[in-house]
This record gives sequence, C-alpha cells and structure tokens, in this order.
Amino acid sequence: MIAFILQRLMQSVLVVFAMSVIVFVGVYAIGNPIDVLIDPGATQSIRDALIERYGLDQPLWRQYFTFVTNVAQGDLGRSMVYNVPVTSLIFSRLPATLELVFVAMFLATALGVPLGIWAGYKPDSFSSKAIMALSILGFSVPTFWIGMLLIMGFAVNLGWLPSGGRGLVAEFLGFRTSLTSAEGWSHVLLPAINLSLFKMGLMIRLTRAGMVEAMRADYVKFARAQGLSEREVVFGHVLRNISIPIVTVFGLELGSTLAFAVVTESVFNWPGVGKLIIDSILQLDRPVMVSYLVMVVILFVLINLVVDIVYARLDPRVRLKGEE
Amino acid sequence: MAVAETTRRQRLSEFWSDFAQSRVAVVALAVILVLLFLAFACEWVAPQDPYDLRNLDWLDAFLPPGTVGSGGYVHVLGTDNVGRDMLSAVLYGLRTSFIIGLSAGALALTAGIAVGLTAAYFGGRLEAVLMRVVDLQLSMPAILMALVLVALLGSGVGQIVLALVVAQYAYFARTTHGAATVERRKDYIEAARSTPLPTYRVLFRHLLPNVMPPLIVVATVQVAAAIALEATLSFLGVGLPLTEPSLGSLISNGFRYIHTDRTWLSLYPGFALMITVVAINLVGDQVRTVLDPRQGL
Amino acid sequence: MSAAIEVAGLTTQFETRAGIVTAVNDVSFSVGRGRILGLVGESGSGKSVTGFSILGLVDPPGRVSGGQVLVAGTDLRGLTPEAMRKMRGKAVSMVFQDPMMTLNPVLRVGDQMARAVRAHDRVSTRAAWDRARAALEVVGIPAAAERLHAYPHQLSGGMRQRVAIAIAILHQPAVLIADEPTTALDVSIQGQILAEVRRLADDTGTAIVWITHDLAVVSSLADDICVMYAGRIVERGPAEAVIARPLHPYTRGLMDSVPARHEPGKPLPQIPGSTPSLLNLPSGCPFRNRCPRASDLCTTDPPEVGTATHSARCHHPLGDA
Repeated sequence: MIAFILQRLMQSVLVVFAMSVIVFVGVYAIGNPIDVLIDPGATQSIRDALIERYGLDQPLWRQYFTFVTNVAQGDLGRSMVYNVPVTSLIFSRLPATLELVFVAMFLATALGVPLGIWAGYKPDSFSSKAIMALSILGFSVPTFWIGMLLIMGFAVNLGWLPSGGRGLVAEFLGFRTSLTSAEGWSHVLLPAINLSLFKMGLMIRLTRAGMVEAMRADYVKFARAQGLSEREVVFGHVLRNISIPIVTVFGLELGSTLAFAVVTESVFNWPGVGKLIIDSILQLDRPVMVSYLVMVVILFVLINLVVDIVYARLDPRVRLKGEE
Repeated sequence: MAVAETTRRQRLSEFWSDFAQSRVAVVALAVILVLLFLAFACEWVAPQDPYDLRNLDWLDAFLPPGTVGSGGYVHVLGTDNVGRDMLSAVLYGLRTSFIIGLSAGALALTAGIAVGLTAAYFGGRLEAVLMRVVDLQLSMPAILMALVLVALLGSGVGQIVLALVVAQYAYFARTTHGAATVERRKDYIEAARSTPLPTYRVLFRHLLPNVMPPLIVVATVQVAAAIALEATLSFLGVGLPLTEPSLGSLISNGFRYIHTDRTWLSLYPGFALMITVVAINLVGDQVRTVLDPRQGL
Repeated sequence: MSAAIEVAGLTTQFETRAGIVTAVNDVSFSVGRGRILGLVGESGSGKSVTGFSILGLVDPPGRVSGGQVLVAGTDLRGLTPEAMRKMRGKAVSMVFQDPMMTLNPVLRVGDQMARAVRAHDRVSTRAAWDRARAALEVVGIPAAAERLHAYPHQLSGGMRQRVAIAIAILHQPAVLIADEPTTALDVSIQGQILAEVRRLADDTGTAIVWITHDLAVVSSLADDICVMYAGRIVERGPAEAVIARPLHPYTRGLMDSVPARHEPGKPLPQIPGSTPSLLNLPSGCPFRNRCPRASDLCTTDPPEVGTATHSARCHHPLGDA
C-alpha cells in the first residue's frame, strides 16, 4: 500500500511540474499586461520601470525560475490589479467557493444517488424514465441559463430568495462561513442548486448505469436464490459494488465543480475564486491567473491521488495488487 | 456492389426503426431539423438583418413582444436595448451557434480520431505520451480549458472554435483509442497488417469503420456541448461581442435587465439555446441506446 | 415414497421482438429425498431456464406461463412474491455455473454467508458467522474460520464453488438445483466436488437436480436422468438404463460424443447440425433434422414410448428397429 501511494505521489509531482510549465508559458504568451494596466499615454520611462518591477524584461525561463522559487517559499506574487499578494487574495475568496461547492455536491449526491438507484432498479417504469429525462435536462442545459431562470423565478418574481451575493459571514470552528445563519442559507441556496444540477444529472446517470449493470450480475441472481429480500440485494450487495465508481466520480467531480463554480459565481455575483479568475482573465492579471491555474492543477492531482487511495480501500482486488 | 448497397440500406432502416422506438427522440430530431432550417435561412426568414446598424432605430428600443415598430412590422419577440428585432437576433444567433457547434464538433472529431488512431495503431511510447496528455485534459473541466484558451487567443468565431476544439478533441481521442484498442486485438486487423497494405489503408478502411458507432454518440453530445460552451463563454464576456450576436451574447445582454420586467431580452434567446441543446442531447441519448443498448450512461 | 420436488407441465416463454420463444416446454419430473436427478442437454436446450423457473427467478422478458412446482406439498407457483422469497434458499436452493461470478467480489466470504443466514433466521451476526463456518466445514473446506475473512478472488475456483454450495445449503433446503457447477473447474476438482455432493444427498436427504451438458458426469453421479432437447424432455429413466440402453437417437448421439466412452484413435462421432433456433422449430419432433433415423412420420408429434420407468418421445426409438 505504501509503495502504491509513493508511486502515485511521484507521478503527481511530475504532472504538477509539467502542467506548471505549460500554464506559465501559455499565460505569458497572452498580450502585454502593461498595455492594459497603464494609460497608453504614459511615458516610456514609466513603462520601463513597471516592466522591470514585474520582471517582464527577463527571458521566459528566468521568469519561470523566479516564479517556482517564489512558489516554493509560499509566495505566488502580487496581483497587478489589486496590488495585494495573490495568496491572500485567493485565500480570502476560497471559503466562499468551498462553501458553495460543498452545499452543491451534497445536494447532487444526496438526491442524485437515490434517484439513480431507483432508475436503475426499475429501468422501465414511468418514474425512471421521467428521472432520466430530467437528468438529460440537468446536464445539457447550460448552467448560466438555469441560474438566470432561478433568479427570475425565485428572486424576481416570487421574491423568496435573494438574487445574488453572499450572506452574513461568521466564524465557525475556524472557518469563515455563511452557513451558520438562515440569512446565509437563503443566499447560498439558489447558486448551490444551480451548481448542483449538472452534477446531479451526472450522478443519476452514473448510478443508474452501475445499477443496471450490477442487477444483471450473477451474484445478484445468486443472492436472490438464497432468499435475500430485494432491499438486502440492493443495499447489501449491489450498492457495495457500485459505490466504487460513484466514489471515484464524486471525487473527480469535486474538483471540476470547484472550477465550474466560475459560471455560477458570475451569474449570482458570488464573491468566490471563480469570479476572481474571470475578472483576472478580463484584466490580464497574470499572477492571479497563473496562481489560480497552478492551484487548480495541484487540486486535481491531489483529488486524483485521494480517489486512487480510496478506490484501493474500497475494492479489495485493487488493494491486493498494490500489496503484492 | 449491389449487395453492399442493400445491406447498407437495410442496416439504415433497421437503425431508424430502433431509433423511432422513442417518440421523444423523433420529436427532438424534427425540432433540430426545423431549427437548422430556420437558422440557415435566417437571411430570408428574419424580418431584419440585426448586424446592419442602419436598420436599428433607438426609438424602437425595448418594445415588448407583439408591438409594431418604426419598420412597420410586428416585433413578435420584441426588441432589445438598441432597437434590434429579437426574433431576427435569435435566428441569426442560432446560426452562429450552429456554425460554431458543428465546425468545432467536426474539427474536434477529426483531431480526436487522428490522435486516438495514431496512439492505438502505433502503440509503444507514442501511445503512452499521447494518451497521458489526453487523460490529463479530460480530468480538467472543458469550461476552464476553453476559458484560458479564449483568454489566450482573443475573441472571435475562429478563436472560439479553436478553443473548443482543443478543449474537446480529448473526448474523441479517448473514445477512438478505447474502441480501436479493442479492435486491434481482433484477428482481422492482424490479418490486414500482415498483408502489404499501406498503413493508412489499414487505419481508414479497416479500423475506422469499427470505431465509428461510439464516435457518433460522442459527436452528437459534443456538438451540443460546444454550443453550450460557446454560449457560456460569451455570457462570461470572453466569447463573442454583441455586434456579432450569438445566443450567448444575446442572453448576456438580456441578463442586465432581468431585474426589470424586460425579461424578453434574455428569455427568448435562452429558450432557443435550451431547446437546441436539449434536443441534440435527446437524439444523442437515443442513438446511444440503439447503438449500444448495454451502456446506459 | 413422497418426492421432495415434483415439477409438472412447467412451461416458460420469452417474448422477444421476433416472436414468442418457448424455452421450457411442458417439463415434468420428480426427485425423491436424497436422490440426484441429472438434467442433461446441450446449451440452449432450456435446462438452465428450467432451474430458474423452479425458483421463480426468470428475468424479463421471460415468464413462467404454466405448470406446477410442488415442494413439500406447496405449489411454489401459487405463492406471493414474499412467500416465494421465503422458500428460496430454505426449501429450494441453487448454485450456478461460474463461481467467479456468483460470489460478490467486494464482500468477504463470511459476510456474504452471514447475510444469507440472516435472510431467513433472525440471529446475531456472531451466530450467523458461526453457522457459516460450520457450513464451510460441511463442504470440506480446510481452515474454514480463516476462509471466512477472505474475499472471493483470493480463493481458487474449486474453493469458490464449495463456498457457493455451502451458501446454498445453509438452511438445509429440501431441494438443491445445481446448474453446471463443475463445468468451469479442473477435472480433479470436479471429481472431489461430485463426491461431496453425493455425500451431501446421502447424509442430509437433500434432493438434487444436477443440470449439465456432460453425460459422463451424470452417469457416475445421478440416480435418474432426464434428457432435454429444445425445451422438452425427450428421454427419462434410471441412470443405468438410460446410459446402457438409450431409447432416443439424441441421447445416443450425446453418448457417442463423450470421449471417455470412445475407442482411442478413431474420430469422435458428433451429432450433425446444431441446436435449432427455438423461434422456428420444425414441426413434430424438433430433432428430426439432425436425426439419422428420421422419416416422414417424424413431422408429427412423437409418442411416448418405453416403460413406466424408462421412456422417450420418439417415433423410431432405438432397440425396436
């Protein structure tokens, strides 16, 4: 098991390194931020001073080297727009995004998995077909459009919930969260639903596919031949088997939900990291872009690693291969 | 030749009768065809050319649906903040969306097949490197890839299509590679390889036809995804500008007015987008069911 | 002697897009306590579906459309789904062909067995595990207590099949249906398992329906034999009689193609042709297209010939020509 984790860890480090080079070179090929940042009428000497200050006159490999050394010391640079360290900028926005993602993933799983189990257990029933049709809506209709409909319906027309922004934030167990007050929940509900629908559609389809496949397996028939009740067959036998792909996808989707929050945060004006990255792209705020992307890559790699380990814990076949 | 023709026709009619088992899918297909026709005939169908600034009159701004404007005709879906006829804008926008979705889908398909087949056919280190990159790209959400690429390339139809292709080719590459590796193990490919046929012939005459069914399914879904992705990028302000209306930029423009009662600015392009994307997905779903009944996802 | 299981007129049909397929056609047999019945046929003859039909586990679009299954005086076909569930594993049990697939790969052996125990008896987990261990010992698994903690893939094929049999007999069922349980195993292990099963029938009085395509296996194991072809039973009788003096040309063909009974060096005879599609069976005797003895008469339904104990459905049975 330890050898298995170490091997995965090595791969992960390599991937992070490769991706950081790609991201760095990619982002630094975009336009010239100086043109965006300062008045076109500024004198050449002011321009030169700025270029030198941001190290833009250095060759690219040198800039990358500086960047990596700084990152190793926990310094991701300063935002060109906000003029604050990128680290503190991102960390000040991260709790809002995490909170949103957490609620959304909870909704998607808590509703999607049971619906998928039912749809896979009785695939030909009317209710299952209705669930499947809904799941198609869930992951084909663009998120931003559903978000707008939610705002129009629940915020503008009915006036039940606020249309955007984050509620009151309070300190709870060391986290700054808005989930401790009813007012906070009223703000998080619509964006979380919005963000969860796509994932819910995915969870439904994934669970259903696993269910349909597993229900055909011989061990299900054998379990029935032993006189196990349908409840025991589904929850005792089948669910254990399909939980492996579900956990895998849950983990992988956690990362993509974080990234996908970009859209929902823009629609609901949610002060998270997603909104920050959109703004930094529009304003060519390179340090923020690079840092965000590198962080996302690290996050994805970490999640992949954790998923692999959990997978190995859940599936005895994989676990044993690692031990041999 | 004649025999091949009949079996092909037979297979097609069989496919159709399987497909038509789902009435929803048939309706969805009809909707797509109507939308395609309207979109590509927009220059004749639409009452106005929304690109032509000379047609626009500030006095026509914010006319609710059903009002007669200065042009002397009814604005069925109303007008927007610069007096643009919404029906025309939606139809032209639909055309832009289709052009982007279809060309991005076709190019991503081509690129994906090329990468996937190359990897599967040659194997070895080339395969390892190519598929590693593909896997890495697949683990990143397409929206993020596209966002960065558009930021990198700038906005415009060509740039967006390129960004979508780079973001989406990986799905085709993975599918092609997966199906081709299975086929590769089968005897007929071995047999074809041992004859002095040129490599490309083995690839295109023997391998490709057998990996087509799963690719068709991925292609339908990806065209819808491309349309949705473009709309999302335009909505976020990094896609197409409003002077070149796509459904996304129209909705983005209307978004500014959703707190007022001028909801027609965003509702109509939004519904057009939703219907298009959902219809394509419903068709894709049924195609999947027909081609591979075992796979439910 | 009252039979442990009595099947009468069992008929199972599948509704396919191409038409209705009768996979089990008017099948009747009975097995006494402690006796073993060999149900023999090629793949597609309906022998496995017969097993599932008895347990009421035919997957849609299949449906048991007629007949009776009497176990200890109860007609299983008349039971509610819940009552039927209570009979499964307890009155009638079943083991399947592939031990790789019948055990749940992600559950420990003991866990699966304990679940099967608790399906019928409200006992503590601990008591359930104890019974599981005892059952493993009954089927001759060494170090049973350790095996309980193993996952199925850690066991050999023969061991897995023993576990499956142990699960099937946890509740001392009156009837055990064994669907080709040794086909996937090595010949030596097959022999061991056959011996265990014989002992099981003798010791516990469980009636066993042994489904197989292999006449050689049943000839040494079974007390009685039923030969199935295209969903019907074409010959039945005591094992020795059927093997020594087959009446139906199909049974004869099956026996000739068993390598062990054949003179070495000569080509192995085979039954010409293959099992007919159940969708368009020939009229009359379904075997007539492959039968060396067929005549015009065979286009009509064959009569039941032979004695009360050993009979066949054939116009031209062997031994009377």
